[in-house]
Parts: sequence; C-alpha cells; structure tokens
Amino acid sequence: MAQEDHEREMSQNLLLALDSITKRFGDLIANKDVSLDLHAGEIVALLGENGAGKTTLMNILFGHYVAEEGAVRVRGWNGDMHVLEPGAPHAALDAGIGMVHQHFTLAENLSGLENIVLGTESLWAMRFSRSKARAKLESLMEASGLEVDLDVRVSRLAVGERQRVEILKALYRDARILVLDEPTAVLTPQESESLFATLKKLSSQGLGIIFISHKMAEVLGHSDRVAVLRSGEIVADLATSICDRQMLADLMVGHSVEAVQRTPGNPGKPLLVLDKVSAGEGREALDHVSLTLRRGEIIGLAGVSGNGQSTLQQLISGLIPATSGTLKLEGKPLPAKASAAIRQGVARIPEDRHHDGIVGSMSVASNLVIEEIRRPAYQRFGLLRYGAIKRRAEAAIKAYDIRCPGAKARARLLSGGNIQKIVLARTLDQHPALVLAAQPSRGLDVGATAEVHRRLLEARDRGAGVLLISEDLDELFQLSDRIAVIHRGHLSEPIRTEELDKSSVGLMMAGHELKKEEAA
Amino acid sequence: MIRFEPREHVSSTYAFLVPVIAGIAALALAAIPISAAGADVQGAFIAMAKGAFGSPFAISELLARATPLILTGLAASIAFKAKLWNIGAEGQLYVGALAAVAVGSGAIAAPPYIMIPLIIAAGMMAGGTLMLVPTLLKTKLGADEVVTTLLLNFVVLLFVQMMLEGPMKDPMGMGWPQSEPISAAATLPKMFPRLRVHWGLVIALVSALIVFIIMTRSVWGFEIRATGENVSAARHAGIPVTATYVKVGLLSGALAGLAGVSEVAGLKGYLTADLSPGFGYTGIVVAMLAGLSPLGVVAAAIFIAAVFVGADSMSRAMGVSNYIADLIVALSLLCVLVSGLFVRFKVRFVRPKLPKKKEAEEF
Repeated sequence: MAQEDHEREMSQNLLLALDSITKRFGDLIANKDVSLDLHAGEIVALLGENGAGKTTLMNILFGHYVAEEGAVRVRGWNGDMHVLEPGAPHAALDAGIGMVHQHFTLAENLSGLENIVLGTESLWAMRFSRSKARAKLESLMEASGLEVDLDVRVSRLAVGERQRVEILKALYRDARILVLDEPTAVLTPQESESLFATLKKLSSQGLGIIFISHKMAEVLGHSDRVAVLRSGEIVADLATSICDRQMLADLMVGHSVEAVQRTPGNPGKPLLVLDKVSAGEGREALDHVSLTLRRGEIIGLAGVSGNGQSTLQQLISGLIPATSGTLKLEGKPLPAKASAAIRQGVARIPEDRHHDGIVGSMSVASNLVIEEIRRPAYQRFGLLRYGAIKRRAEAAIKAYDIRCPGAKARARLLSGGNIQKIVLARTLDQHPALVLAAQPSRGLDVGATAEVHRRLLEARDRGAGVLLISEDLDELFQLSDRIAVIHRGHLSEPIRTEELDKSSVGLMMAGHELKKEEAA
Repeated sequence: MIRFEPREHVSSTYAFLVPVIAGIAALALAAIPISAAGADVQGAFIAMAKGAFGSPFAISELLARATPLILTGLAASIAFKAKLWNIGAEGQLYVGALAAVAVGSGAIAAPPYIMIPLIIAAGMMAGGTLMLVPTLLKTKLGADEVVTTLLLNFVVLLFVQMMLEGPMKDPMGMGWPQSEPISAAATLPKMFPRLRVHWGLVIALVSALIVFIIMTRSVWGFEIRATGENVSAARHAGIPVTATYVKVGLLSGALAGLAGVSEVAGLKGYLTADLSPGFGYTGIVVAMLAGLSPLGVVAAAIFIAAVFVGADSMSRAMGVSNYIADLIVALSLLCVLVSGLFVRFKVRFVRPKLPKKKEAEEF
C-alpha cells in the first residue's frame, strides 16, 4: 500500500517514461529493452561510451527513429500520461519535448530570433508577430539567464551562443522536457559551467532535463540521477549522490580503464619551424606566428575556439598559403598543397572528422587508403588494386580495433570513435614526421580518447613531432611537453608543462600576457 | 496519414527496381492524356510497343535514337557523380558535330581508318574544350556551372546557326542553312543494309563500358567519387580536387561532343541547326533514371528511345500528337525524382492515432 502511494506520488510529477525500448539496425541492437523515466525538476545524465546507443535512444524519443519494441509515454497537457506517436517529430514537439542536438540545427544566414521563430509561425505572420516573439524571448532569457543577441546572424555567433539559441528555441516552444546531446562537446570549460548553471535554474523552474554525456566530471557535478548505457542496455540507474568516478567509469566501459600516462619526451632536432607567419583573414587570421617544434616532443596549443587554430591547422595541412613569413619542415619549405604535405610526412587529424576526415558514403577501406591511393601499392596503370586495398583495410581494422561491419561498410555508419580510428590508422601508419592533431578526442568516449592519446604518445616516442591543438586543458596538460597559447592570431612562446598551471593558461587564453616571473 | 521513415539500408535490388517502376508509372500516367486526346488507350500502347519493337526497322530506329542518348547520358552521369552540374551537353553535342563537319566534309582526304578516328577526336576535343570553360570558371572564380553551362547552350546554338548561314554553308545546299555533307570516308557505316542503326551505337556501348571501368576500377574514378561525395574531405586527403573537376569536365564534354559526331557522321550526314531534338537535356533524364550508373545509362537510354520512337509511330497510327513522347519522358523524370524518396524512405500508411482516455488510464 505504501509502495503504491509512493508510486502515485512519483507519477504525479512524472513527465516522461521510456518503456522497454528496443531498436535494431540490421544485426546491430542499438537499444535493448531500455526503460527510463524523467520527473519534473530533475536533471538526468545519460552516460555511456560512443556507440552505446545514447543518441539512438534520444532519436527515438524525438521521433527520428521508430523503435521495434516499447513505447514512449509523455504527460499530456491535460495531465494524463499518453503514448507518444512513434516516428513523428512534430508529436514530440507538441508534447513539449525540446532537443538540442550535438550538431546544431540552425540556419546560419538567419538571426537568432528568426531561427527561434522559424517553424512556429506561418510565413505570413512572421513580421507581424516579431515584437510578440521578442517579448516572450526576453522574458525567457531573463528567467533562464540565457543571454544572447537575438539580432545577430547565427553565422557570426560563437558556438556557445549558438547553443543558447538552440535552448531558447526549445523553451520558446514551451518545452517541459529538454534533451541535450553532448552539450559540452564544443564548449570551453567556462561556457560549460554557465550552461550547467542555466540547466540548474531551468530544472528548478520545473523542467525535466536529460543530458547525454560521457564526461564523468560533469555527470557527477551536475546531475540528480545518472543512467548508464552500455552496449544498448541500461546497466545502472542511480542517484548521482551515491556514485563516484571509478564506479561510473567501470559501469560505462564494463571493465576498468587506465588513463594514459605521459613519460618525459626526448626532444631532438627542430622539425617544424614557423617564422613570422601570417595567414588567413578576419577573426581567424594568424599574425606573425613563430614556433619551433622538435622531433620527439608534443607541443600543446591552447586557446578558445576561433582564435586562429583552424587557420594554423589549414596552413600546416597545406590547404591555404601563408601570406607572409616562412614555414619549414626539416629545413624544407612546406608548400600549400595537401598532397605535398602528406608526401613530406605531415599526418593531419582534422578537427571536424565527419566533414574533413572521411567521405561518409564511401567504404571504410576506401577511407583508409584515400591519402595514399596514388601509391603503386594501391594502383597499377591507374587501375585500383582491390586486393591490396582490402588487405590493407583488414590489417588496419584489426590493428586499430575499428568496430565496423566490415571493410566494405560505409564509413558514415560508424561511431565517432571508430571514424577517428580510421583517420588515425591512415595517417599514423605512414610513419609521419609531423602529426597535426586538431581536437583529436573531441566527442570521443573514455576508451577511444585513451586510444588516441596512446597513439599520439607512441608517434612522439617514435621520433615524430606532435602539434596538439585542443580546447580541453586536461588533455593538453596530460600529453604536452610544452604548451603555447593562441589568442586572436598571436601565439605565445611555448612553456614547459611542468612550469604551468591550468589557471595561468586559462588567463592567457583570455588574452592576458603571462609574466616571465610567473612562468619561472 | 502517410508517414516517411528513413531507411537505414537500401538494398541494391530495390535501388534497381525503383527506376523500372518509375518508368512503368510514367507510361501508366501517360494513359490520361492519351485518353483525353480521344484515342483508345489500349490500342495506343500496343501501337507504341509495335512502333518501338515490332519489326527490325522499328528496333533499328530505336537503337539509332538510343545512340546519342547513351552518350549524353554518360556525359551527365560522370559529371553529376562529381557534383559538377553539366547542363550543357546540348551545346557540347553541337560543337562536337561542328568540329566533325569541319574536319570531315572534305577539308582532309584520307581513308576511313584515318578519317573516322580523326572526326571522333575532333568532336570529343571540341566538346571537352567547351565544357572546360565553365569548369575553370567554377574552380577559379566559383561561378555556378549550372548557369554557365546552360547559357552556353544558347551561345553555341546561335554560333552554329551563324556558321551554317555563313562560312560553313553548303554551296550546293539550295540555300538551306546546312553544312557540306560529311565525306564518304568519314561517315560511320551502317550496321545492317537498309537500316539506319550505325556504328555509332558500338562506339556508345564501348564508351559506356570504359566509363564504367573508369568509375569503378580506376584511381580517377575513386577521386571523382570522393570529390563528389565530400569535396572538403577529398581536398584534405590530398586529392587534387581542381584537377579532378577539370578531368570530369573534359570527359563529360567529350562524351557529349561524341554524341554530336555520331549523329552527324552516322545518321544525318550533314549538320543543321536542328540536329538534336534536345538530346543533351534528355541525357540528364537518362542519367537520373540510371541512378548515374554508366551501364544503367544504356538501359535507360533504350527505354527513353523506345518512348520517343514508339510515340512517334503511335501518333501516326492513332492521330495523337507526338508531343506525348516528350510528356512521357518528362513524367518519367518526375517519377524517378519521386521514387528517389521511396528509395531513401520507407512509406507507411497509418491511421492517425489520437490519445484516447482509455489508453491514458491504462498506465
């Protein structure tokens, strides 16, 4: 009797219930008998490695996928729980479910206000209701603390601001349930903190919030309850207060994981020398950047996104030319040609692996050999040697543990971690002199991140120079022998990691000059 | 209510069946205008089938009509595969024909084994060079090739008319704006006596096979596919993207130019400004119907040619305007585009389910 009462009380503020959801993709079971509920005023973290089925589950909730078994129930506006129509995003929207995707779904050429109102108003009414929309949004911004300039075009907004627009979009549509897919993957630590402050505020106003993550720190710090997904199954659904880091890590991976330990590097002769290089234009322009990277060392490049990192990356990748200054690899000038950069031994791990790293509709095998396709090993008289390509692919799939249905599978079907393994395999196996790794572990889970870190250190120990561009300070301190900071296109002198601490790097990222005595 | 669900896997049988169904659907839809024209629908379709396949003569006409469509279809399919939107096959076909006439109508006297390769080379070079212009405008200046290739068609057609009224006008042509005839040595021979189908068909089939090998087996094809699917990743991986576009442009233009050579040297014998009834544009339909597959282009070209030839014959027999052929071709393009939706999405018909009181109480 007491139990029933308890359940009734619980169900009073129950907002959402996923009942025994099962979803298959061919032979792969993405979700297996998953049940999860969400109450008003609660922040639930959905924790799991990449490929554990978190995103699939949320896509079912949002009607992008249809589950083979199970149902989604949501509290209707009349107060009753009812089954959400499967496969109908508009039904989810109407029921007050708002989703903030990992890859934002904003129209870049429209302002924040237009993006938010888009799809909620008839085209003809747009102009008419602008002021009303603005008034509603301003009160929402005040209530939630989400400050953003609504009149600026989205293309000019920083990533964190775009995310705020996404959240406002959901709130504008009267969302009572907010789902965020890897919300901090693209944010700086400070931005992440302010995001979680906002989420806390929203939940205290009665919203139910689910955020998907694989970062233990934010799960432990900012959720009320944590559900752990592993291989498509919920393996734990616990109050966060009784969890600790090790326990969650073990639950998530299924076995214990060790973080990669850096041993001191053994720097050799100069490898990559940038001498007063300027390149690019606008906000991301590089301004007289000088840097010397030696063989056998990792230089970490810290900085808030958009301060010239992507220009530097494109420059060293051979995609854009320097407008002034010289760029030399082992004393030889590095031409602005991607194929030449590859030939001279530059391995490039691109920042946006989906966009620049792989051709999604081509096979895993094709993506593994794409950089070397013209080598005699893979072609004879211009005709592809499919046997050699297949052997190479199978070897790489084994050596790098790329989880895929086979060498012929389309690369797009793989998880982020496995896509990154494709990129690692095809670049590092060429025994490069220089490894340019841009955000190499962004969006990856613990296991995949450790794998990336291990491979980078391995390359360094083999004598390669590694330039690691990252927004993750933990990663930079964990791997780098020296750390330099980029701010508005200016690059600071690299300083030995042992002589630095995170707060001073944080200050430099914000544009403060580091005084010599502080560094020493 | 109709609901669309994205498919996770598209089976190859399905990808093959869909254009076939689209073709049949287009024919079925054509029944409406045919009956509206007052003709007997069943009789009309029988007349069409007979007109296209009913006799050696009909089949010869069908294959003669399919020949340029295979080539322009290949031109479109290879370009579209690289996402280089060449809408200018019509113009490239005309410059190809013009070059063939310039070389092959008596300026050079040589035996056929020299003349035929020569006019083929001239036509392909002309077509390729014409396509090079919009390709370079795209790679160097970012000019939209849809606009430039399309507009070049009109420039070329006017240029051809000017040539036919002026320097290349046949002095023996009784004042008609037509070129001098292709010399006997440069003429593509007929394959069978008294039938119009000519060796251009073999050239087209061999071209399809070569393009198939290039696209699936060669480094070029690999680079073309990678560039078309994700230009940014291709560039990043060191694939020479600009060079790939240029290669594709040259090849696509050359194939369309070859269609012009084949028409002028195999069928018409001389160049007029109405050499092509829109083969360049129809080639786009052929390529889309074929799902951009080079071998599929052959089948699609034969289907479209059958529609044209069959409808021509049907219109004579039944007194229905032969515009019905254009209508069916247009319908099949629409059906293919719609069927693309069916390949990518599962379509389910469901009754809208309203949340009922009873259901809510169950939980």
